[in-house]
Amino acid sequence: MNLEAKALDIRKDIIELIYSAGCGHIGGDLSVTDILVDLYYKQMNVDPKKMDDPNRDRFVLSKGHSVEALYCVLADRGFFDKKELFDTYSKYLSKYIGHPNNKINGVEMNTGSLGHGLSVAVGMALAGKMDKKDYRVYAVMGDGEMAEGSNWEAVTAGAHYGLDNLTAFVDRNRLQISGTTEEVMTADDQEERWAAFGWNVISIQGNNMEAIDDAVEEAKKTKGKPTVIIANTTKGCGVSFIENKAAWHHKVPTEAEYQQALKELDERRAQL
Amino acid sequence: MNKIANKQVINDVLLEESAKDKDIIVLCSDSRGSAGMKSYAEQRPEQFVEVGIAEQNLVGISAGLASCGKKPFAVSPASFLSTRSMEQAKVDVAYSNTNVKLIGISGGVSYGALGMTHHSATDIATMGSMPNMRVYLPSDRFQTEALIRSVLKDEKPAYIRIGRNAVEDVYEEGNVPFELDKATLVKDGTDVTIIACGELVGDAKAAAEELSGKGISTRVLDMYCVKPIDKDAIIKAAKETKLIVTVEEHTMYGGMGSMVAQITSANAPVKVVNLTLPDAPVVTGKSREIFKYYGLDAEGIVKTVTEQL
Ligand SMILES: Cc1ncc(C[n+]2csc(CCOP(=O)(O)OP(=O)(O)O)c2C)c(N)n1
Ligand SMILES: [Mg+2]
Repeated sequence: MNLEAKALDIRKDIIELIYSAGCGHIGGDLSVTDILVDLYYKQMNVDPKKMDDPNRDRFVLSKGHSVEALYCVLADRGFFDKKELFDTYSKYLSKYIGHPNNKINGVEMNTGSLGHGLSVAVGMALAGKMDKKDYRVYAVMGDGEMAEGSNWEAVTAGAHYGLDNLTAFVDRNRLQISGTTEEVMTADDQEERWAAFGWNVISIQGNNMEAIDDAVEEAKKTKGKPTVIIANTTKGCGVSFIENKAAWHHKVPTEAEYQQALKELDERRAQL
Repeated sequence: MNKIANKQVINDVLLEESAKDKDIIVLCSDSRGSAGMKSYAEQRPEQFVEVGIAEQNLVGISAGLASCGKKPFAVSPASFLSTRSMEQAKVDVAYSNTNVKLIGISGGVSYGALGMTHHSATDIATMGSMPNMRVYLPSDRFQTEALIRSVLKDEKPAYIRIGRNAVEDVYEEGNVPFELDKATLVKDGTDVTIIACGELVGDAKAAAEELSGKGISTRVLDMYCVKPIDKDAIIKAAKETKLIVTVEEHTMYGGMGSMVAQITSANAPVKVVNLTLPDAPVVTGKSREIFKYYGLDAEGIVKTVTEQL
């Protein structure tokens, strides 16, 4: 499968979903898309029909506001009906709410309040070790989210228990709601921090599919400690006027912007 | 239709007062936009502290500032403020009795379809159960202003919850009856009393007008001071009217309605019916859709009163 093409198609779905629902967290969706595509179409052992398989890999979207990206990937992979998602997302009485919810097939954990996912992932990885199972656990945090102290409790525990079955991602897009991470709360030394806590640290261009895949492979080979992939991404990646703008954290495109976004993505797709 | 949200009023009052009082400090946790505090942050950079996405730190730092004579207002979504930083609220604010004002924005189910992580439907129960912590849910922009001006004069902890969007006025400009910790009598009546707080006072008022039209004399109490709750007004209502219906944007246990029933049962037993959100994640929808679904809007209140009386 051409993962780059898939990532562009998923981006188009995200734009469509947010435009038709009139809400969503577009910037963070587009920065994390490539990570999700590599995990769900190549790396992770998950099957829509076997979500109760105890050996399945686990994924936790700690930055739960990027739910549109996750839902588009899960729908495309057949975890649930895409039409139902697009018809009802965030609407009255829908089960598809604006954050991951485990009533929905494919979602392991409810998230949305930042700073929970990594602890949960540590628990999942610990259970894997206790049960001598070889599934892997993945979690994605936002860089703004890393200001939550609870994350660093989880980072400590992950290293303490030598959880080499755990891979964390930091979606390092350098933006949060109120501005850049450096203005709001320093996050520049992510690599040093995680390394100091005892993790294997890999820093990559986080919207580059090959770089993501190589990093995940390296994490699988790393023994005795968990791996964090600092994914240096572009918030809003793929749509020129959304890229790198704090205001696009949860703005909804107008009709003209929506058309423009699809056009840009189609052009990129044609160039592949 | 009023367009000014309660949070805007808080921003404006704090902006005005902070020019005169350099000890007023506003703290946000990547929440200045949703808190309506952007203009404050821009105009008072030296009296504004950004802590990033770290609500526990937000409240702890506020308590430290307060212990050194500052007057901090920690402004963050009610959902996270009342749960993530609950122990800081309990120990560093309530128990240590520090002058921290916790402003919970986008409270209750304001965040609608974002789901339960973003709802604060348990905050009256959690904050209200802490000794020393006062809990206020103002109903409209005028009462919000009166409340903020009032708590600026004291040095005690308080948790104030407001909603996300502008709500209909309950009171009129220049005619805002307000006494701290006393319920406001919105409308007098002799058959039934509706006790409401926060955004639902407007619905209670509308319901009362409809009921009065049907010959049911309806009293409405705005119990913005959920704690310390106005005991006297409750006992008076229990003695003078045949039924009390409470209305709140909170789960069924440990909210304002529970507190009302606790007081009436010991002092003046009367039938008390609590209109609340369910003991479950709420259905997906906007605030108004959610209120309607659970019978908390004017129509639902009228229905309950007519059935129960
Ligand atoms: C505990 C908590 N506090 C605040 C919020 C509100 N919130 C949602 S997204 C967000 C910014 C997240 O920034 P970042 O982690 O950098 O994510 P990204 O840039 O990938 O969107 C905030 C403050 C929340 N969801 N949870
Ligand atoms: Mg970010």
